[in-house]
Amino acid sequence: MPDYSLNPPLPNRVTLFASCMVDQLAPSVGESAVDVLEHLGVSVEFLDNQTCCGQPAFNSGFRSEALPVGTRFIELFEQVDGPIVVPSGSCAAMVRNYYRDLFRDDPKLLERSSRVAERVFELIEFISRFFGTEAIVGQLNTSATYHKCCHLLREIGIDGEPSAMLSNIEGLEMIPLERADVCCGFGGAFSVKMPDISSAILDEKLDFIEATGSSTVIAADMGCIYQMQGGLRRRGSDVQVLHIAQILAESLRNGSSHGAAL
Amino acid sequence: MKPVTINFRSKAAQTLADAQIQQSIEHVYTGFFKGRLLAAAETDNWEDLRTKGKAIKDHTIAHLDYYLGMLADSVEKNGGRVFFAADAAEARQYIIDLAHKRNIKTVIKSKSMVSEEMGLAEAMNTEGFETVETDLGEYIIQLANETPYHLIAPAVHKSRSDVAKLLDDDYKDGDRIPDATELTMMARKKLRGVFERADMSVTGVNFAVAESGSIALVTNEGNGRMSTTVPRVHVAVMGMEKIIPSIQDLSTMLRILIRSATGQRISTYVTMVNGSRKFDEEEGPEEFHLVIMDNGRQKLLEDPQMRESLNCIRCGACLNACPVYRKVGGHAYGWVYPGPIGAIVSPVMTGVKDASNLPSASSLCGACHDACPVKINIPRMLLELRWRTAEGSTDKDERTSSAKERGIWKAWRVGMMGRKRFDIGSRLANLAMRPLAKNGWLKKAPPPISGWTSTRDFPTISARSLKSKLSKRSKGGK
Repeated sequence: MPDYSLNPPLPNRVTLFASCMVDQLAPSVGESAVDVLEHLGVSVEFLDNQTCCGQPAFNSGFRSEALPVGTRFIELFEQVDGPIVVPSGSCAAMVRNYYRDLFRDDPKLLERSSRVAERVFELIEFISRFFGTEAIVGQLNTSATYHKCCHLLREIGIDGEPSAMLSNIEGLEMIPLERADVCCGFGGAFSVKMPDISSAILDEKLDFIEATGSSTVIAADMGCIYQMQGGLRRRGSDVQVLHIAQILAESLRNGSSHGAAL
Repeated sequence: MKPVTINFRSKAAQTLADAQIQQSIEHVYTGFFKGRLLAAAETDNWEDLRTKGKAIKDHTIAHLDYYLGMLADSVEKNGGRVFFAADAAEARQYIIDLAHKRNIKTVIKSKSMVSEEMGLAEAMNTEGFETVETDLGEYIIQLANETPYHLIAPAVHKSRSDVAKLLDDDYKDGDRIPDATELTMMARKKLRGVFERADMSVTGVNFAVAESGSIALVTNEGNGRMSTTVPRVHVAVMGMEKIIPSIQDLSTMLRILIRSATGQRISTYVTMVNGSRKFDEEEGPEEFHLVIMDNGRQKLLEDPQMRESLNCIRCGACLNACPVYRKVGGHAYGWVYPGPIGAIVSPVMTGVKDASNLPSASSLCGACHDACPVKINIPRMLLELRWRTAEGSTDKDERTSSAKERGIWKAWRVGMMGRKRFDIGSRLANLAMRPLAKNGWLKKAPPPISGWTSTRDFPTISARSLKSKLSKRSKGGK
């Protein structure tokens, strides 16, 4: 990854990779990401041809099916320069950490994929790296707790940044979540293939969530969000699980004063 | 030990339904996992130590033949004997033959996962040798006629009343449950006599130092030291990867092993054995044998994608960190090594065909990679094995994926290879789901999503994609 730490040139244009889940299941999360980026003075380009990075098939072992989809991703995003921002630590991890396995038998594609990969940033990673965790100061009157999605935390290495960002939202009371860094049990196809194990892990997570008494859970990856929301709904709970982009965008709509970085 | 990896799903389901085990197994998180975090936080150069530990193991495994030769020479120079066993049966036979030749009556064992591979205690008892486990956890497991549940805490799934029932014939449900100290004293009383009459010991090896021929044993109960000093014959058994080049390396490896295993800065005992008793020494065995076992490790060594798993120092940190292990327990994995490390080594060592559920049983959360003192990238290897079982293996028998599964992913690929198809597919899914949905969620869905809806509501596909929303927005429609 390029080192921007010395005199960072603030990017004013990015390309959004929505991820297939945000694109087709949760477009409002994508719109929120655009809102937040635009608020920071970053114009957002959306490549109409995008679909998926290939992770679902890759994680299920079907690399021959993931390979053309990953290749398509590389070819598409090679057409643009500058940062590629994705509101998912899991998709970012696929491109940055696992394309080297997907393309290992094709040195040319491997090289091309690594050049695209070094431009890929997860949304919170992008904001905190270039604009700082204090860049967004909005308002939202609610109580919430934050779940640390595994791939953002361990594959991308974003740990305290989301909480630091959320602490700048006026009116938002953050309640610590016990075992916030323990998996929710989603794991893609695992959640369907081994539902009893996936749900046992989820149950523990939901118990800790309910113990906080907060009305909202904030997370950063749609898979985890649907796992937790689907489980909470089945329990008859009213707790909402929202993507951090939605929280940030909503807080900006409620009243933004510009952050220190702008 | 005969692998039963094929029973993963049924054993897992059994454990999920067992409230007592679910409660007992919590200790691996509240005790060991948190202990490791604390110990790491208190160690200034923790990440440097991990990096160094990984470098030591990478180097040793890359030159394993060289260091094994050096170790054998050093042990023999110290007066010990070395036996290389190709598999568990050979290793077992060597030890049994030795016991017969030396007229052994009683064998004491200290904890060793490699001896579990051999099913040694059971085999020796069958041969007529009184063979007793002396590690408290292993002793409990032996009395219960089970296999270890965890790499360092074999009986972690047992409650105190379970243990009381095993140690005290008079204990009945409803009696006052003895505390841990009382239980330990009961075991101590039973084991004391065994230690006194033992004429042979079998111990494991935490590290074998190639340059000096030293064997390092890490224990907390003192049984390891008793085993290496009291009986006249001492046999140490090790997997061929448990080797480090020098004594200097040992200081690094002990630091990361013990902190990662129990959260202690150092274990109660660290025993160093340099072979048998010398002429001027007052105690120690008359004979020392080192059994170095392959039993499938060569397969890992020859496999560039899986070789890193030989770096494992068997601390158990990945088990404690693993949300799946903490629910399905140690027996589900069906062989000696449970948890994330078991899910990558068991398939290769015992056969991929039966073990294909092991690498699938992971959310790929990465907690194991994070916890590993030598930074083994376990998620990467789980994915490698998933690929082999799905479609990648050159051996047809190892490709266990169903035609249905292959069909689903083929269809998925077709849908992802063009934006129009991607959109049409999603719109059709939306239309199909809409009549069944309530407030945008499904309570029930057909396969393959039925697995999800058995316990969770499922979200419906949005009526409009982000692409369509953003294009409307850019036209000023927001």
